[in-house]
Amino acid sequence: MKGGHDLGGQSGMGPINPEPESQEPVFHAEWERRVFGLTLATGMLGKWNIDESRHARERQDPITYIENSYYENWLEGLERLLQEKGLLAPDELAGNAVISDTDSAVQVPDPQLASKILASGASSEREARSEALFSVGDRVLVRSSEGTGHTRAPRYVQGMNGIVSAIVGCHSFPDSNAVGVHEGATLYRVSFLGKDLWGTTGANSEVLVDLWEPYLSAGIS
Amino acid sequence: MPHDHHHDEHDHTEPPSDLELRVKALESLLVEKGLVNPDTLNTIIDTYEHKVGPRNGAHVVAKAWTDPEFKQALMTDATEAVASLGYCGRQGEHLMVVENTDDTHNLVVCTLCSCYPWTVLGLPPAWYKSAPYRSRAVSAPREVLSEFGINLDEDKKIRVWDSTSEMRYLVLPQRPLGTEGWSEADLQALVSRNSMIGVELARAPDSGAEASQ
Repeated sequence: MKGGHDLGGQSGMGPINPEPESQEPVFHAEWERRVFGLTLATGMLGKWNIDESRHARERQDPITYIENSYYENWLEGLERLLQEKGLLAPDELAGNAVISDTDSAVQVPDPQLASKILASGASSEREARSEALFSVGDRVLVRSSEGTGHTRAPRYVQGMNGIVSAIVGCHSFPDSNAVGVHEGATLYRVSFLGKDLWGTTGANSEVLVDLWEPYLSAGIS
Repeated sequence: MPHDHHHDEHDHTEPPSDLELRVKALESLLVEKGLVNPDTLNTIIDTYEHKVGPRNGAHVVAKAWTDPEFKQALMTDATEAVASLGYCGRQGEHLMVVENTDDTHNLVVCTLCSCYPWTVLGLPPAWYKSAPYRSRAVSAPREVLSEFGINLDEDKKIRVWDSTSEMRYLVLPQRPLGTEGWSEADLQALVSRNSMIGVELARAPDSGAEASQ
């Protein structure tokens, strides 16, 4: 999908205005702290993966996505997932329903298990089932994405030619993972010249984008 | 459904108290239904507010500046080298370190969301997740750097790393001049979070870095 989240190269977003590093708190409000914690805590229930979580935020209409603050987008995504996965009923969320019991099969981590999960992480590497189609130095063309599914091919490289700078390995393929199909695909690091992508503002720059094999076809020399 | 609301109910003028209430209601509901253990929630927040942060990355960088063997290991397999210092876990499963040199400056962004190497830098600053940074870090990197106060020579190449996969990128800034003989501990104070994202350089030794910590 080409949603409001796909921001690379978008014009008109204004100055960055960063807060000075020494003065910026980790969270800017109590509700941000809670949204962050709730998102990670419910993520540990194992009902969805990281790409489903990203796709839940991306499926908002693009204007809302851009207008929202960062953690508002997390909150929207979280409420959507909780309902889609059947953990909360829409009526419960609206506050006008009798709260139903949770399925006893749902395992809720205690603090010790949660700390262990955070400290160990989860690798996205998968067993390779086939040889990499492209080699380092190959020219590749990024296909245009279709439909409303999740993808990690940014719009700004679609239809552009780049050069394979590295074969990263076989990693979980986000487009499938977002619909609960766990398969790997070869991940490449592809280099694009800034001047090819952007003209003068990209002069003497190179943009490196990690792209999976299904996003790529043989490039035009 | 929350996404059926009109746009004007979701802009930045929405009173914060409404959000506070909405989030409190969600938290109460999740706790009441037994889907969230309140102690677990607090542990998660405490971990990223107080324990995991950019001092981890500063340790990695200062060690790379002073220990050639470690630096070699770091450039070969950053995930493993960083784990040897005890930093591993969520959003740091696949790390790569990119080194600034006299010829090349590196800059890290996630144009699609907010991917960031949590194990070494903690949670990203607000500007890193904002539309202005995500849109222009790729398309006008020199302009972005100048907004952070770096004006690079035109002949210095910029490499922008867009974190589209689960690889996480950490910039190894150049060691500041005038720090010969400094200890690893003293050097750490010169390594800002922003220098490890690539929007700034490491602090100069006379910049009063310690005072700002």
